Amino acid sequence: MSVLLIAEHNNSDLRPFTFNAATAASKINEDLHVLVLGNKSDSVAKAASEIPLVKKVIHVDNEIFDNFTAENYTSTILKHVDNYSHIVCSANTFGKNLMPRVAALLDTSQVSDIVNVISEDTFLRPIYAGNAFATVKSNDKKKCVTIRPTSFDPAPSTGGSAEIVKSEPGDKFESSKFVKREEIKSDRPELGTARVVISGGRGMQNSDNFKLISAIADKLNAAIGASRAAVDAGYITNDHQVGQTGKVVVPDLYIAVGISGAIQHLAGMKESKVIVAINKDGEAPIFSVADYGLEADLFEALPQFLEELNKLNSIQK
Amino acid sequence: MKILVAVKRVIDYNVQVRVKDDGTGVVTDNVKMSTNPPDDNAIEEAVKIKESGKAKEVIAITIGDDKAQETVRKALAVGADRGIHVKVDGIVEPLAVSKILKKIVEKENPDLVFMGKQAIDDDCNQTGQMLAAILNWPQATFASKIDVKEKSLEVTREIDEGLETIEVNIPAIVTCDLRLNEPRYASLPNIMKAKKKPLEQLNASDLGVDTKARIEQIKVEEPPKRKAGIKVASVSELVQKLKNEAKVI
Repeated sequence: MSVLLIAEHNNSDLRPFTFNAATAASKINEDLHVLVLGNKSDSVAKAASEIPLVKKVIHVDNEIFDNFTAENYTSTILKHVDNYSHIVCSANTFGKNLMPRVAALLDTSQVSDIVNVISEDTFLRPIYAGNAFATVKSNDKKKCVTIRPTSFDPAPSTGGSAEIVKSEPGDKFESSKFVKREEIKSDRPELGTARVVISGGRGMQNSDNFKLISAIADKLNAAIGASRAAVDAGYITNDHQVGQTGKVVVPDLYIAVGISGAIQHLAGMKESKVIVAINKDGEAPIFSVADYGLEADLFEALPQFLEELNKLNSIQK
Repeated sequence: MKILVAVKRVIDYNVQVRVKDDGTGVVTDNVKMSTNPPDDNAIEEAVKIKESGKAKEVIAITIGDDKAQETVRKALAVGADRGIHVKVDGIVEPLAVSKILKKIVEKENPDLVFMGKQAIDDDCNQTGQMLAAILNWPQATFASKIDVKEKSLEVTREIDEGLETIEVNIPAIVTCDLRLNEPRYASLPNIMKAKKKPLEQLNASDLGVDTKARIEQIKVEEPPKRKAGIKVASVSELVQKLKNEAKVI
């Protein structure tokens, strides 16, 4: 009984959520192996081998993995699953795209987006946008599980020296072609792992007003989030969306500005340690989850907020 | 070109879901039900492609109990040509749904299968990818833009890092994001007309698909409640609280 974790990476580094997934995977079973599929990705295999929780790394390096397509990943994963009881990865867009393709071909009913490992076959997962938690037991022989990364601490990244075994790819899938990826580069912390997140909603009124948010984000070293309404309205790009169908964030501090607090948005942020809501509508549902609520016009409150922060002698980073 | 669109009946997205006292699930009696929101986007996109002349027929399919037919009727009212209802009672896991859809694909030979990227009840986000796998078709998940070419689709996908564009050969599976389009409303005359459109009824067992659950739902509980917060009177009070009480800045 061993666990195979599918590494998420960019061909040079492991993506941060792979470390969170490693923690969850090792809770399922301590015999944790990592499968790295990449192109010119030796540094990724090395990084995976340095995670102390990892017992073995299987590395398949081939140009068909250059763009991490689910179709090419799946045929190779299937070649490597024989000795494993569990195949796991993060429940972000990478894992959500990939794992069901693997599970279906193993004739396994996948357990998605777990937030706790109860035993080798029993897991806790949110349903209905986190309005209920289901304890589920998988009765399939091989289990395919995706992990909500923000529910597990990241594993230490150094100190290990697991064996790296080279292996061969499966068949190339010919009916799909990668065209391009438009990644939004930012100097800010990643939304999924940031200690502080400040998000804007429809109340921001336009994209220009998000400058008020970014000024505070700069000060707090925060990531910038948004409600779906703000993304739909074109105020900000989709990679900022927090919620049921966007990203789930669990920062130490979440500041919701001009966000009413629809169920779907709360699903993405209500596990945050401290929640602040700034909204001029005192009845807005966001106040029901806020530790500190400020009923105010955001266009007055945000400049004041920045001013107050400037007065502080020190700010945690 | 023929497009098959899968739609699911779920608790309406505006309903505050309540967990049953006995821990067996959530309350569904007397609760408003609707089509899973991104499934509406899937239907809309298929109908738009048909209106552009690139598709000849749009077939809406649902899997579920008798009431699930409402979602097909709604799809027919916004432009789908005919419907299929595969009757199954109780929870059907995405793996079984994909197996049923595969049987229908083999029967109907669609060029494209569309559906929402995720159902807002079980939040699984699996069915489209699973169907693509067992058909050995390409998958374009989380689509926010679809460009139909002669023998392929160019699809923009929403991913965590931003946007990704892929080209998939037809036949293909597309799972739709809420930003793909703006679903239209059904007009009353179209709702009336939809009642006369053909709706075929099948049983999952007749299709030879085993729908028995592989995952046991042991219990369903309320999420942990947050303790009530406070309202602050001013920005300076807020900053002081964050600094000295919550100690997060």
